[in-house]
Amino acid sequence: MSNAVSALGGASFAGLAKVEETGLGGMITLRGDLASAKVQAAVKAATGAAVPDTRRIVFGDAGAAAWMSPDELLLLVEYERVDAVVAKLGEDLAGEHHMAVNVSDARACFAVSGEAAREVIAKVAPVDLDDGQFEAGTFRRTRFAQIAGAFWLDDAGTFHIVCFRSVAGYMYNLLCAAAHPQSKVGVYA
Amino acid sequence: MLILECPYCGVKAEETELHGGGEAHLKRFGPGSSDDEFHDYLFMKENPRGVHLERWRHVNGCGKWFHAARCTQTLEVFATYSAQTTEPPQEVKDKISAKRPGWTWREFEG
Repeated sequence: MSNAVSALGGASFAGLAKVEETGLGGMITLRGDLASAKVQAAVKAATGAAVPDTRRIVFGDAGAAAWMSPDELLLLVEYERVDAVVAKLGEDLAGEHHMAVNVSDARACFAVSGEAAREVIAKVAPVDLDDGQFEAGTFRRTRFAQIAGAFWLDDAGTFHIVCFRSVAGYMYNLLCAAAHPQSKVGVYA
Repeated sequence: MLILECPYCGVKAEETELHGGGEAHLKRFGPGSSDDEFHDYLFMKENPRGVHLERWRHVNGCGKWFHAARCTQTLEVFATYSAQTTEPPQEVKDKISAKRPGWTWREFEG
């Protein structure tokens, strides 16, 4: 078995906000009819979470489920469990039109935390990050400068970002530049 | 800045999250059609000053295609609507008519 490593080896930077690569995350793309009881039961079994509403992420005891599009979810589970969960989804959804794919190694994960985290993300993504607009549990697919990415806010006030692994270096440098200690705007202060 | 609300994910997306897909409600002419029909399908696109129906894709977002009805002269957006239709729904037509009485676009009119 090869030794799986994340794209940037857990690089981190402390500036206006703390930017860190959070290592390997287990991710499964699940496509299907999100209104179907069978899909909802399978998501519950895989993550402990219910199927989220539009643009939301729901956390369960074994992972999380995030809304990607009207027919697609991103399931977040432990990296080591992914293959087993994908196999289980295949069993649970037998006969149901669906697709469940392990995309863990195609992705990179980042966390942005600290007082200016909102500002750091707002500098590079065209999203309204005002307190009342973007709250804990909100999930958004968007772009970060020139690359596609998705992010959500957890209950502790930390933003989590996922993007393609091939652009992990770009994402890290971009977030570090946006978090440069002398680049404070103070718009969400 | 053009801002369109994606009918699938509800995001008020600005232009840089979207990708334009050209004219809406194209009627395709392929094998079996005449040369003139195929020529018109390929090249004779609507390019109005005023009401226009277009396809857009929420490319840096939910990834879905949708339709938009907007004014090319003022950038006013009348409505966005589902891609799963071959003509603008009546409510979209009504919204355009409220702002641009007597509008026409190809075979559609208010």
